[in-house]
Amino acid sequence: MTVTRQPAPGTVKFDGPMATAGYALNKMCYSFNAASAREAFSQDERGYCEQFGLTEAQTKAILERDVLALLKLGGSIYYLAKFAGLLGLSVQDVGGLQTGMSTDEFKARLLKYGEN
Amino acid sequence: MARIIGGITSSHIPAIGMAMDKGLEQTPYWKTFFDAYPPVRHWLEEQKPDIAVIFYNDHGLEFFLDKKPTFAIGTAPVYHNADEGWGIKPIPPVTGETELSWHMVNTLIDDEFDITVCQEMRVDHGLTVPLSLMWPGHNYQHIKVIPVCINCERHPMPSPKRSFKLGQSIGKAIESWDSDEKVVIFGTGGLSHQLDGERAGFINTGFDKYCMDQIIPNPEALTRYSNDDLVDIAGAQGVELNMWLGMRGALTGDLKLLHSNYHVPISNTGAGLMLIENK
Repeated sequence: MTVTRQPAPGTVKFDGPMATAGYALNKMCYSFNAASAREAFSQDERGYCEQFGLTEAQTKAILERDVLALLKLGGSIYYLAKFAGLLGLSVQDVGGLQTGMSTDEFKARLLKYGEN
Repeated sequence: MARIIGGITSSHIPAIGMAMDKGLEQTPYWKTFFDAYPPVRHWLEEQKPDIAVIFYNDHGLEFFLDKKPTFAIGTAPVYHNADEGWGIKPIPPVTGETELSWHMVNTLIDDEFDITVCQEMRVDHGLTVPLSLMWPGHNYQHIKVIPVCINCERHPMPSPKRSFKLGQSIGKAIESWDSDEKVVIFGTGGLSHQLDGERAGFINTGFDKYCMDQIIPNPEALTRYSNDDLVDIAGAQGVELNMWLGMRGALTGDLKLLHSNYHVPISNTGAGLMLIENK
């Protein structure tokens, strides 16, 4: 039995079990590398999720742009970044969404690191 | 024998590539970051390395989770970049180097690194952003590139200690290659950052500076960490330090820091640039 150490709060460790849970979700997001896939998703979001076999919870989180839920349902940030890109969101927008801040507040917090 | 003339570390985040696409280098947000690069470019122009071995991680361009190598190396004559899904413009093809890369494969497998060998692979921003930074305007086609890819995405990942040893084996391979070519090693990515979760935006400037202080004289201070340690100390993507350690492992001569800059934040990241001479 492997003992898994818990990461710092606010971090979902993307390991084997998470990768298993999130496989279809990540596969769908990986498809967004292709412009034709991004277009197909935009035409019919739910249908596109069904095509990849996402669970209802994953589909709901995609439709609601709920990044934290997607992470907890097995999404890898590297593939979710492609989903965010499709939506026109930057990593700061995504940071804001996950931390309950506006994008500007999130950026301001990052800039503070440079002040010391 | 081939000679390793030095090592370079650089961030590889996509925002840098996008800033270059849009010509934002001299805007207030970016100026300090980009102004640190000319001394490195000057050194490269002066030293004229023939080959760059680039440690990077793929972020879901070539490799998906279906078949994701822990370590992979390219042995192709040419590498293509492609659409990664979120708007960075693909760059022109990157020149490869087949002879040394196969020699590296032989040495690595002799050394019990059972690496995945790629005769064709697309290279993503992890490799192309540093190339664009070193040779702006896509003027990198003269340099022959050997990509070395480390899994930094899905746990379990190779440890810092193992990544350092991979670099040592690669250094040994290069220095035993019968050629008079000059080789530079890139360690890309890092330093601390976290993109995911409620902890997104976490940066540890103290640790970043510690890494930059220790990597030349005392890499063992860094290889003692586990990846779980790095996630806690440097954020979920802080494990990209492994590419720096791969680079450092390949450098076994007398090392001298020629240039260094740390700038925070660039996007969500603390960006460390180091130019290390190896004699």
